[in-house]
Amino acid sequence: MLSRDEKERIEAEAGRYPSRRAALSEALMIAQEARGWLGDEALADAARELGISSASAESVATFYELVYRLPVGEHVIQICDSVSCWIRDGESILDHLRERLGVELGGTTADGLFTLVPAGCLGLCEAAPAAMIDGEAYGGLTTEKLDAILDGIRGRKRGDAAQR
Amino acid sequence: MAYKNFILVCAGTGCESSKAIEIYDSLIREAEAQGVKNDVQVVKTGCFGFCEKGPIVKVMPSESFYVEVKPEDAKEIIAEQVVKGREVKRLLYKKDEKTADTVKIEDIEFYQKQFRVVLRNCGVINPENIDEYIARDGYSGLERALFKMKPADVVSELKASGLRGRGGAGFPTWLKWDLTIKAPGEVKYVVCNADEGDPGAYMNRSTIEGDPHSLIEAMTICGYTIGASTGYIYIRAEYPLAIERLKIAIKQAKEYGLLGPKILGSDFSFDLDIRLGAGAFVCGEETALLQSLEGKRGMPMPKPPFPAVQGLWKKPTVINNVETFVNVAVIMTKGADWYSKIGTEKSKGTKTFALTGKIANSGLVEVPMGTKLRDIIFDIGGGIKGGRKFKGVQTGGPSGGIITAESLDEPITYESLTALGSMMGSGGMIIMDEDDCVVDIAKFYMAFCVDESCGKCAPCRIGTSQMHDLLEKITTGNGTEDDLLKLEKIGKAMTKASLCMLGGSAANPTLSTIKHFREEYLEHIRDHKCRSGKCKDLVVYSIDPVKCIGCGLCARKCPVPCIAGEKKQAHVIDRSRCVKCGECFKACKFGAVVKN
Ligand SMILES: Cc1cc2nc3c(=O)[nH]c(=O)nc-3n(C[C@H](O)[C@H](O)[C@H](O)COP(=O)(O)O)c2cc1C
Ligand code: SF4
Ligand code: SF4
Ligand code: SF4
Ligand code: FES
Repeated sequence: MLSRDEKERIEAEAGRYPSRRAALSEALMIAQEARGWLGDEALADAARELGISSASAESVATFYELVYRLPVGEHVIQICDSVSCWIRDGESILDHLRERLGVELGGTTADGLFTLVPAGCLGLCEAAPAAMIDGEAYGGLTTEKLDAILDGIRGRKRGDAAQR
Repeated sequence: MAYKNFILVCAGTGCESSKAIEIYDSLIREAEAQGVKNDVQVVKTGCFGFCEKGPIVKVMPSESFYVEVKPEDAKEIIAEQVVKGREVKRLLYKKDEKTADTVKIEDIEFYQKQFRVVLRNCGVINPENIDEYIARDGYSGLERALFKMKPADVVSELKASGLRGRGGAGFPTWLKWDLTIKAPGEVKYVVCNADEGDPGAYMNRSTIEGDPHSLIEAMTICGYTIGASTGYIYIRAEYPLAIERLKIAIKQAKEYGLLGPKILGSDFSFDLDIRLGAGAFVCGEETALLQSLEGKRGMPMPKPPFPAVQGLWKKPTVINNVETFVNVAVIMTKGADWYSKIGTEKSKGTKTFALTGKIANSGLVEVPMGTKLRDIIFDIGGGIKGGRKFKGVQTGGPSGGIITAESLDEPITYESLTALGSMMGSGGMIIMDEDDCVVDIAKFYMAFCVDESCGKCAPCRIGTSQMHDLLEKITTGNGTEDDLLKLEKIGKAMTKASLCMLGGSAANPTLSTIKHFREEYLEHIRDHKCRSGKCKDLVVYSIDPVKCIGCGLCARKCPVPCIAGEKKQAHVIDRSRCVKCGECFKACKFGAVVKN
């Protein structure tokens, strides 16, 4: 079930456009926000708010990288796998993450803390190799720096970063 | 209240990710603590472009340019600069670490050959304060349009300026606007393409972070010109700081009557809304972007009809790139006469580029059209990092091609880059050195296109994966010369038959590297050799018995393990078991492990 606040926010989005459908990607992101990912029920609820079918919403949801249709951990690490980072040895950062977290891309750690996903160029190339963790940008990554960042994040709750 | 000093802290994403906000907070705290709160204003600005040396702090009016500043330095900056009026020599940018000669900002080579039009306010004003934008003639272009010009005059002005689209294709901006004016219909829309999914490109992000009002002003001018009352900015969700700055700027513009009903007391009303892209490169393509705005899957549509005739909700729509719009704001403020003197005959104005890869000064630059690549890479960019040899530069991202050393003196224009088998694209420049393998890079870009292909049309869906498989064969030592011909054949077919330019240009990186580096492809195929050592499967590790002192470090690091040898005796690698992880190569302190 969507909360009242979520419904109101979706309603406000829908009111901005000549067609309610236009608010779909926003609605999906709103439904995803509190849970971190978008389950079948949340997807159906968001679609219903806008008066469109779940199937139709599903086809949009799966199109976008930032809509997560599978459960994610407390913190989502988007590691850039694009060209500027790759050329500056971003692969070794990715390898380190895989090893440290014990997961492959798309996977979530056993303790449910971290999900590792690949990202297209984050636009942080001047600080390559780069990553975003819970929507916050980190650049100039080395394996040591990454370890320090992850250690710092361990105790933090989802959404803390966004409220900076 | 008049401040004696202004301290500008670069709070672009590049610097922010390296502690700029902490520096900002410490400066404010220190100013309070040292009792000089009223003598200094600390301001967060957009990117200075010189990200390599970030975080950057600039103090006005002394123009002191501090690099690689740390939060701990705040105390000294306030104590010296504000309290005593002296520069902190230690932090000033130095041309040469040894002589310790410091230089003023205008003398730094990085800035000398640049000409900042689009980025004129970035790093100069506080992007979260509309008054600072207005103080630098901001919104005077809008005022001029609303009260001194008819829509047709604006179009003429743009035509005289020679402005062409900065989103990739270089379509004349005036023509796009004119077609939209002439398209029948009451309701029209203005859309800004800030999706910037091009790998290696972040000019649009930095421009918005540093100067959001320029975009708002230009989109409003566009609305007035084409008769639209609503505009949308479609921006990637991965750009939180830019989104935040835009929201603040839109709110301030509304408060000042520069956006909303009856702008500046005229009869023209215009509203702007922000839409977030949810992560799909193909959504940067204009028809796909409009589909996505409508809440559908972001798939490209056949053209015609063009968006100018049938765009958002089938209404005539102008869709322009961020940089195109910002240029409009400048043209309307300074006039087409002034603007058209910059650049070459057919490519007017300036272009921003993002320098990344193996370049000494990575960062954002802006140069007049017609500037030579050599000037950008060597004078502004400081050449190759670590003194390695330049191999090539990729412009136009996954749609572009590689440009080699022999073309470095080519002046950059839309036409010249296309003639070189690349394209202007949005402005990412990825610099490669001798340690990079062009086949590997072509494979990388092709993998990107396989991932990002929306799958709607067969030539792209099938062609990109076929080409990727062939490149994979070559980089693993299983390729044949016939594969090279196949690559060229599929590439040409895909270029012709794809529905949108993602497929239509996906072959470019491959075709251009084959053209310029055929020898290297053949080495991979015939000799199973990768001269840069990037293609793992082709690399063979061995130990030079003369150099090896038998310390045993490599053997301890080898995960297999497959290195054997007595203490103080030369070690040997068992090649049949080696997994080519490279650990031994990294470990040896005597250069005894050889890779070839
Ligand atoms: C696959 C693909 C991705 C694109 N991505 C972008 C983009 O991120 N930003 C952009 O401005 N244009 C992008 N374009 C170009 C747009 O389709 C369109 O030409 C541009 O927004 C027009 O604006 P302009 O006339 O101001 O250049 C892309 C095109 C293709 C084929
Ligand atoms: S060329 Fe590729 S991205 Fe473009 S419509 Fe066809 S399949 Fe989709
Ligand atoms: S690390 Fe180098 S010197 Fe030491 S045993 Fe290995 S190859 Fe020989
Ligand atoms: S490359 Fe890796 S597996 Fe091969 S010898 Fe060296 S350390 Fe061992
Ligand atoms: S390539 Fe990694 S942030 Fe751009």
